[in-house]
Amino acid sequence: MAGVELLSDQGYRLDGRKATELRKVQARMGVFAQADGSAYIEQGNTKALAVVYGPHEVRMSRSKTLHDRAVINCQYSMATFSTAERKRRPHGDRKSTEMSLHLKQTFEAAVLTNLYPRSQIDIYVKILQSDGGNYSACVNAATLAVIDAGIPMRDYVCACTAGFVDETPLADLCHAEESGGGTSLALALLPRGGHIALLQMDARLHQDHLETLMEAAMTACKGVSKVLDQVVRQHLQEVSALTGE
Amino acid sequence: MATVQVSEAEKVYILHGVRDDLRVDGRGCEDYRHMEIETDVVSNTDGSAKVSLGHTDVLVGVKAEIGKPRPMVPHEGYLEFFVDCSANATPEFEGRGGDELGVELSNTLYKVFNNRSSIDLKSLCISPGEHCWVLYVDVLLLQCDGNLFDAISVAIKAALFNTKIPKVHLSENEEGGKEIELSDDPYDCMRLNVENVPCIVTLCKVGYRHVVDATLQEKACSVASLIISVTHKGTITCVRKVGGGSLDPESIFEMTEVRQDPPPPYSSSCHLPFRPSQHISTGFPVRRSNCNRFV
Repeated sequence: MAGVELLSDQGYRLDGRKATELRKVQARMGVFAQADGSAYIEQGNTKALAVVYGPHEVRMSRSKTLHDRAVINCQYSMATFSTAERKRRPHGDRKSTEMSLHLKQTFEAAVLTNLYPRSQIDIYVKILQSDGGNYSACVNAATLAVIDAGIPMRDYVCACTAGFVDETPLADLCHAEESGGGTSLALALLPRGGHIALLQMDARLHQDHLETLMEAAMTACKGVSKVLDQVVRQHLQEVSALTGE
Repeated sequence: MATVQVSEAEKVYILHGVRDDLRVDGRGCEDYRHMEIETDVVSNTDGSAKVSLGHTDVLVGVKAEIGKPRPMVPHEGYLEFFVDCSANATPEFEGRGGDELGVELSNTLYKVFNNRSSIDLKSLCISPGEHCWVLYVDVLLLQCDGNLFDAISVAIKAALFNTKIPKVHLSENEEGGKEIELSDDPYDCMRLNVENVPCIVTLCKVGYRHVVDATLQEKACSVASLIISVTHKGTITCVRKVGGGSLDPESIFEMTEVRQDPPPPYSSSCHLPFRPSQHISTGFPVRRSNCNRFV
């Protein structure tokens, strides 16, 4: 059974982590000079790059302009060499379109769009290496990129995945755990208020376990938010040291 | 390429500067920007490299897969190129916007590599007529600030140098068919000889002179450019003219002559990352860092 391999008797997972342990998160902001905001994040072996352009005038279809708030436009794509099997189309397939829509929903909840009526904010995310938790890495990278661009948000948006094996919730799934066929829940959270921006779960789960699983995912998200906060503060220190303040 | 608006006054300023061998950022007409090359950046590819040339960033990943050789050449493997102009570079590339440029770049790459000597394709053969290695070279454009061809060609050369192809053992199974076994040892692999891989140099005609490594502003002032791919021995593998303007035949000869000068230091400096013991003084600084970090 898949459960026996994913969590050993001593409580260790496939990569040696404990059940509630997150993968190592490393992030950098301001990696590209040309974009308004950019960030790069590594969560274990998953590497994601996010770039933000805006706010600027609505391009292409003027009809998309909203009179009282900004339009958020997201595109999710994967590099062709990001997965173990080479991917033929970087974007445009159904999964990428669905992910782009999810990202749009998530950020519409967090960004203060009513400060920029009749304008557009573009968020482009690229996965350079995929090892599970693609959506979470994208959301975390995009949060940092939006902060780097100076666009005001209600709160950090932190995302993490969680799974359920042998009555134990697992936090931050890697690819082998996600594709093992067990439950996988993706959660995007605004940590300060505890508001959920996006919640998605695949596969079957008994309703008694849902509470535990969500709690585990929320704790994991709060852990990620601490790391992101650290990264932002460090980046600000570096930048203000350079400008001599 | 991503376009940038340049006013008439700016154009005149750039033209006058180029005429006096002084460009906007202080370089001479034949100077390159600062270039940084990093290899082995993406771990689940067989070879990868990232090149930053000024503000142009290119990431190349090479994946080796087993496939069927082409019918005309059963003793050789082959390379497949794919260029992805991602929306990261500029919002114009969102959706299908970057496809046109991507197709143009990959077609040029096919032409550049379409000759006997660039890569030893026979070494990619496993069993003639049945199995061969196919190298999928995927180029990802991260930032676009002019001079894409040069950056892409250097990145491809670095990525091919970094490529490790697992060694193959052929054996016969019970029915008499061939079985392929890949060795499990990560160090038991074949490396490619990239000495003859050409590097592309783009020359833009600005006014009456030509400049090397043009930025987007300089490109907006130029009428036409010449793309020449040259190996370190000085062999030219492909020449293409792009742009709406026309070039005088004499200026083309002048440009190719200039090409003989910088290419030896330029393409041999491409060997700098590959032969750390050899120090070659070059016209432009090339820094090599072989760390696994992406930025």
